[in-house]
Amino acid sequence: MAEYWYFKDGFEAKAREFLANAPEPDLNLEFTVGKRDFVNAGKASAEIKLSLKRIGVEGAILRTVAISSYEAEINCTAHADGADILCNIYSNLVHVIFHDFGPGMKDIEQSMVPGFSTADDMVREMGFGAGLGLPNIKKNSDVMHIISGEGERTYLEILTYF
Amino acid sequence: MKFKEIVELLQCEVLTANTDLEVDVDCAFGADLISDILMRTQEPTLLLSGLTNPQIIRLSDMIDLLGIVFVRGKRPSDELIKMAEERNLPLVTTQLTLYESSGILYNNGLRSCKI
Repeated sequence: MAEYWYFKDGFEAKAREFLANAPEPDLNLEFTVGKRDFVNAGKASAEIKLSLKRIGVEGAILRTVAISSYEAEINCTAHADGADILCNIYSNLVHVIFHDFGPGMKDIEQSMVPGFSTADDMVREMGFGAGLGLPNIKKNSDVMHIISGEGERTYLEILTYF
Repeated sequence: MKFKEIVELLQCEVLTANTDLEVDVDCAFGADLISDILMRTQEPTLLLSGLTNPQIIRLSDMIDLLGIVFVRGKRPSDELIKMAEERNLPLVTTQLTLYESSGILYNNGLRSCKI
C-alpha cells in the first residue's frame, strides 16, 4: 500500500494532532455511492454542503468543500466499485472520508498529475475523465490523505478548516 | 442581462416550466468538461454546455448556476428537466453551437465569468 499526504502551509501540525486524537464529531453523516451510479452520484456532496450551510459556514468554504467532496464522490463511482462516505463535522472543521470498494490505484503520484486519467469512453462522454479530479481535490482542501494500492480499497480523507 | 433576453438572442426553446426567466445574468461560462465547470465558475454564472447527463444538474448543487443553455440542439431527458425544475434552475436549448452562442452573448455585453 502506498500513501500520499498533502498539507496546505500551516496546517500540518494541527491536522496531525486532530487525526491522532480522533475526537467525537458534533455531527456525523454517512452515505454509500454505487459503482457507475451517475444518477445519484453527487447527492452525498450536496447533503454535506447543505449541512454545513445550516450551521452557518461561509460561502467560500462551502464551495471548497462541495468541489473537493464532489470530485472524490465522482472518482468513487467512475473509477472504483463504489464507496462508503463518512462526514464528520466539528465547530471548526469538516473531515470527509471516502473508503471505496476497490480496485485501488496503481500509482498515486501519477494520478495526482493534472491530465492523467484512466477514464474509459463512457466516463469521458459524461464530461468526466479530464484527469483533474485529484488535483482539484488538492486545490480545494487544507489536508488530503490517500492510502491505496493495486487490488486494494482506496482510503481518501479530506480536511477543511472553517 | 435578463435570462429571457438570452432566450431571445439564441433563439432558444425553454425546457423547464415555472422557472424564473427574469433572473439577472451578469456572466457566463461554456464547457463540456465537468471539472472545468466546477473550478472555473467562482460567481453566479450562466452555463453553456453540450452535456445532458444528470451530473450537469448536480453541478448546480455545488456551484451557483443561474441557468443552463444546451447548445448544438442537445435536449436533456424529462427526468433531468424535472431535477432542474425542483431547483428552480431554468434550462433552454438552442440549435446554435457553443462557439456561435458564446459569440452572440459576448457581443451583446455578457462578460465571461471570473476564472
